Amino acid sequence: MKTQQKNNYRPNYINPYLGGVLLGLLVLLTVYITGRGLGASGAVKSTVVTTANAISPTLAKANDYLGKFISSDHSPMYNWLVFESLGIFLGGLLSGIIFHRIRKPWVEHSPKITSKTRLIFALLGGIFFGAGSQFGRGCTSGAALSGSSTFALGGVIVMLAIFGTGYAITWLFRKLWI
Amino acid sequence: MDLITLKNIKMGPLIPNGIITGDWNFVIAILVGIAFGFILEASGFSSSRNIVGTFYGYNFVVLRVFFTAVIVAMVGLLYFGYFGWINLSQIFILPAFWPSMLLGGVIMGFGFLMGGFCPGTSFTAISIGKIDGLVFTAGLYLGIFMFSESFPLFKDFYNSGNLGHVTLTDVTGISASWFAFAFVIIALTAFWITMLIEKKVRKKITEYKF
Repeated sequence: MKTQQKNNYRPNYINPYLGGVLLGLLVLLTVYITGRGLGASGAVKSTVVTTANAISPTLAKANDYLGKFISSDHSPMYNWLVFESLGIFLGGLLSGIIFHRIRKPWVEHSPKITSKTRLIFALLGGIFFGAGSQFGRGCTSGAALSGSSTFALGGVIVMLAIFGTGYAITWLFRKLWI
Repeated sequence: MDLITLKNIKMGPLIPNGIITGDWNFVIAILVGIAFGFILEASGFSSSRNIVGTFYGYNFVVLRVFFTAVIVAMVGLLYFGYFGWINLSQIFILPAFWPSMLLGGVIMGFGFLMGGFCPGTSFTAISIGKIDGLVFTAGLYLGIFMFSESFPLFKDFYNSGNLGHVTLTDVTGISASWFAFAFVIIALTAFWITMLIEKKVRKKITEYKF
């Protein structure tokens, strides 16, 4: 009975074109106010910089990459993208409450794989996405969406590379999803 | 009358122009983030299976939301510039370090297919209780840490091929309006074709509910 209910559950998402229009207007508004677009990976980078700096300030400053983001007058967490990402979490929570999608912690996965497999690949996927976003100077939000929306060549390169690669390698990872 | 109304709209970008002071910066950041997170979750991006559906043809929600957002923002920016509401030369243009960014996109493509999220969407997955979203975010942290630690190995590559803060117009000489127009046509075509593909693919998939 319970499984039956679960299988028949249809989440009530908003119309994707409405979602797209709202997201486009949000990018526009954000650029109008701040002169820059949205982002997400930047907040995780700030967290890496902060923890590295807390564990070993000498090593963090000596690191060619992390050292660039350390400033003596404020914490790396005092950053626009960190506050924005906190907002992303809160906004997700708000939508989850409104549309009744909040549940006790669980792992969503295709019925053809186990939770463990899903989590291993979620971790690997995160590692790749994290490293890739540094090479790409931003992720799907900052580079692909905001970059392309502002006609930046770099944004279009990242967008095409992410989605192009995604389509090129579907066969490789098909067992995880279908 | 119309002219007076138009003139009352302040010239953006507001913070760089000092119309809104920097003190408001973080309040605005949280509010923008809340709206962003809400839209992502409400559109179904807190589920990796919805997201990856774009690549396997059973749910093109990512393509619909993403392309719609890009064309709305592109066309909107052009109108804002045309009406004199925003000084387009003041907005941030992502620099194009093309070799590194191309590789970064390819690596992110792998991350997308393995993890089923991108950074922003994984945050909203955590909001509604998905452990896979949390693990993906932990992966992001590890990935960025590993990148930083091994940075000396590819520092030269990372900084190579910098074309500067260039737009498509700077590179091609074709006006931004034509690019916006082309994107609109591409998006509309993609919406139509993917609608047909989705119908066919969904008949064969039974485990996933829409």
